[in-house]
Amino acid sequence: MFGDYSFSDLGAILAMQGFAGLILFSVYVLMALGLAIIFGQMGVINMAHGEFMILGAYVTWMTSNTVQHIAPWLFPGYFFIAMILAFIASGALGMLVEWALIRHLYKRPLDTLLATWGLSLILQQAYRSIFGAREVGVELPEWMMGSWQATDSIQIPINGMFVMALTILITIAVAYVLFWSSWGKQVRAVVQNRVMAGAVGINTEKVDRYTFALGCGIAGIAGSAFTMIGSTGPTAGQLYIVDTFLVVVFGGAASLFGTIASAFSISQTQSTLEFFLSGSMAKVITLLTIVAILMVRPQGLFALKVRK
Amino acid sequence: MLIGHQPKDFLLAVSGLTVSFDGFKAVNDLSFYVEENEIRVIIGPNGAGKTTVLDLICGKTRATSGSIQFRGQELTRLRENEIVQAGVGRKFQTPSVFEDLTVFENLEISFPRGRTVFGSLTFQRDDVVKQRVEEVAEMIFLKDRLNTYADQLSHGQKQWLEIGMLLIQDPDLLMLDEPVAGMSVSERAKTAELLNRIIKDRSVLVIEHDMKFVEDIAHKVTVLHQGQILSEGTMEHVKNDPKVIEVYLGH
Amino acid sequence: MIINSRFFNRSELVGFLALALLLFLVLPLSLDIFRLNLVAKYLTYAFVGIGLVLCWGYGGILSLGQGVFFGLGGYCMAMYLKLEASSVANTKIQSTPGIPDFMDWNQLTSLPFFWKPFHSFPVALIAIIVVPAIFSFIIGAAMFKRRVGGVYFAIITQAIAAIMTILIVGQQGYTGGINGITDLRTLHGWDIRTDHAKYILYFVEVVLLFGCIVAAQFIRLTKLGRILVAMREQEDRVRFSGYSVANFKIFAFCAAAVFAAIGGAMFTLEVGFMSPSFVGIVPSIEMVIYTAVGGRMSIFGAVWGALLVNFAKTSLSESFPQLWLFGLGALFIAVVLAFPNGLSGIWADHVQPRIDRLLASRKPKPAAGYVADGAPAE
Repeated sequence: MFGDYSFSDLGAILAMQGFAGLILFSVYVLMALGLAIIFGQMGVINMAHGEFMILGAYVTWMTSNTVQHIAPWLFPGYFFIAMILAFIASGALGMLVEWALIRHLYKRPLDTLLATWGLSLILQQAYRSIFGAREVGVELPEWMMGSWQATDSIQIPINGMFVMALTILITIAVAYVLFWSSWGKQVRAVVQNRVMAGAVGINTEKVDRYTFALGCGIAGIAGSAFTMIGSTGPTAGQLYIVDTFLVVVFGGAASLFGTIASAFSISQTQSTLEFFLSGSMAKVITLLTIVAILMVRPQGLFALKVRK
Repeated sequence: MLIGHQPKDFLLAVSGLTVSFDGFKAVNDLSFYVEENEIRVIIGPNGAGKTTVLDLICGKTRATSGSIQFRGQELTRLRENEIVQAGVGRKFQTPSVFEDLTVFENLEISFPRGRTVFGSLTFQRDDVVKQRVEEVAEMIFLKDRLNTYADQLSHGQKQWLEIGMLLIQDPDLLMLDEPVAGMSVSERAKTAELLNRIIKDRSVLVIEHDMKFVEDIAHKVTVLHQGQILSEGTMEHVKNDPKVIEVYLGH
Repeated sequence: MIINSRFFNRSELVGFLALALLLFLVLPLSLDIFRLNLVAKYLTYAFVGIGLVLCWGYGGILSLGQGVFFGLGGYCMAMYLKLEASSVANTKIQSTPGIPDFMDWNQLTSLPFFWKPFHSFPVALIAIIVVPAIFSFIIGAAMFKRRVGGVYFAIITQAIAAIMTILIVGQQGYTGGINGITDLRTLHGWDIRTDHAKYILYFVEVVLLFGCIVAAQFIRLTKLGRILVAMREQEDRVRFSGYSVANFKIFAFCAAAVFAAIGGAMFTLEVGFMSPSFVGIVPSIEMVIYTAVGGRMSIFGAVWGALLVNFAKTSLSESFPQLWLFGLGALFIAVVLAFPNGLSGIWADHVQPRIDRLLASRKPKPAAGYVADGAPAE
């Protein structure tokens, strides 16, 4: 499949597809970060994670429409507002879901998977009832369109760089919150020994609720980024849930660095293969490769050896 | 090093055994030998690596280096179920029995027959099995509870059931991890009696904290400290070893 | 064998007879052929459910990829039927007569090699069982030997379901793509589209279903069934009782795959086509829903779950398409939260005791097959 291209062509293609994959990478990272927090820290399988992302996408779409109609002068900067709103909306929904559903299931991880699947069906139908079955697209402000001509043959989309930069910021913030803040220490204390954590005065219920909400909120931001690469529809989130879970598992569930590295390798593989093959075969080969690697190395790429 | 030179009559020969978890050596170049029909007790402070040693022998944890010879067979290369089939039985620290099955079924599963998939499909509950189960149930004081689901047993009864499950396997080497921990005084006495009866005709490796109990049963005591042997010998010898007194008994 | 009281205990025997009465007599006599064919379609999911009871309920292995095996069985059957429907005489208007129409549309000029064995009916029948068995064995061996289980296994099987769908949809020249394999007509020369044929197929399916019920019950009552339960609770203890846990998991997973494949093959016959929409993530997880609603620990529950949820789906989605997904989602959450043992659990905990009290005859006996006290059990 590489036969028709010269080396410099190939280099340019790889670079271009690489940058084209930036938004996909960002969506993966943000989705996977949220999932990794919920799964890695709490042991909960959230199959409705894609629907939390789509909620963020719908919020972004609504913000874009509202700003266009009410305050067009604000339009260039609407994306920032949209992201904050998406975070709040998905986070609030996450909090509600944790309270109503998840907290009853902490001892049954496989059952969280099933219950959150039920939740995802409800959310999908809710989106369909509220926003309609038709997919919607978001209009970007002018400064985010177009691309930057890096060399003669390499163009980098501006929105890609923008989302990328945001992803880096959010990742650093999450890393800070989880690993250095006192709240992050509480989360890890609860994960390691719930009873003990409660005994030393940590409000475990509150920690659980906010952890879950944080994971869902980040999914909401992923939804904002998602509006740039795909149109938003009621079932769009479902397409991403398997990929995202694979990203998390592939990276090694508890490793933040692993999550990012695996999101990067998966999104880049897929986006590069897409240039040479049909989209569906690119996806099949990417997924098959991950599954094959996971069969050989089930603990993921970056897992520590510990006494079980 | 004694690899390859140990006399034939050792049942278990552990030599140069090392395991490290991310650089931390839980067991460090450990060597010891257990003879046929010997009762060996391993003692040592918390974190000395006692349970890890049992984990290594029964295959639950893989050794980083070193060798474990059982009747001349290298155990470090076998899977857990193969180690059991070779004749090593292991009781865990916390009672691990099948709570959704009855006492009878718990014992029956451990009966050493029909251990393959198709063997278990064609397994028949014949008189040999019933007789053996009842025999063992009597020994572990659970004869009248054969049809009770295991989740309804007391903590001590679960410990006995697990010992019974090992007994029915009839292992040549029996490894017990704190068999009397968490038991009431009367249960403790009964367990000691039970253990004294079942340790005949086989070698036993016991981890225990109860010094009275250790003194009663041990032929030889091995003291572990930080993954290494601190002292080894009779209880009398170990008790008077100044190194042991310092790190363990002296506290 | 069934009459033997050791094989079914009293309440199971009642369940067995009630189900037999319903499926062999009540439904065929009271429903028209269109509705009966719908029931037959629902029942194909019961096969998957029975497999899931063994593998998930008993063994604790949640597979979110049962649609793959359902599909493999269904496609094996559909390939045979399609080849029979694509005789040279039937397809002479094509540019390459004698190959399935969708291949011709996709500019294929000869039959791909993996289609060729499906000219033979016995080969197709064997393939329905063997292909899913081998595939599930490979997946199971790769995963269980490396101790992948629980959540990870669920996610990977789900990924496999996704891969399978994308592959079938993407390779439409070989698979019929998103539309699937349609326009199936005859089975070994026998027209399967007539009402008469549909009656016969219904009864064939019910007989097969009872065959699977008996087979599953047999597995459940052997020591293997008890080892599955034991494994679900204390995997290490089973391992240290001398069993290779991986082999038992592989067996349960393969058995579930074969049951699902039989259901899939019957689905193709009952409905007359097979498509990727019965293979992917959503149908696979719906199959888990039927099982959970019926009761993950109950073989009969799986059948009832498949019947009732599908019945509700059809009637609700006909009249209130919007409500259906809300209903299904809520049902699923409710079952998981409040009734982890599903309908059969509700029956056993709430209905059965009342019936017993009403009858007030004898005390309920302990579960049959567990009789093992000092007295001879026979």
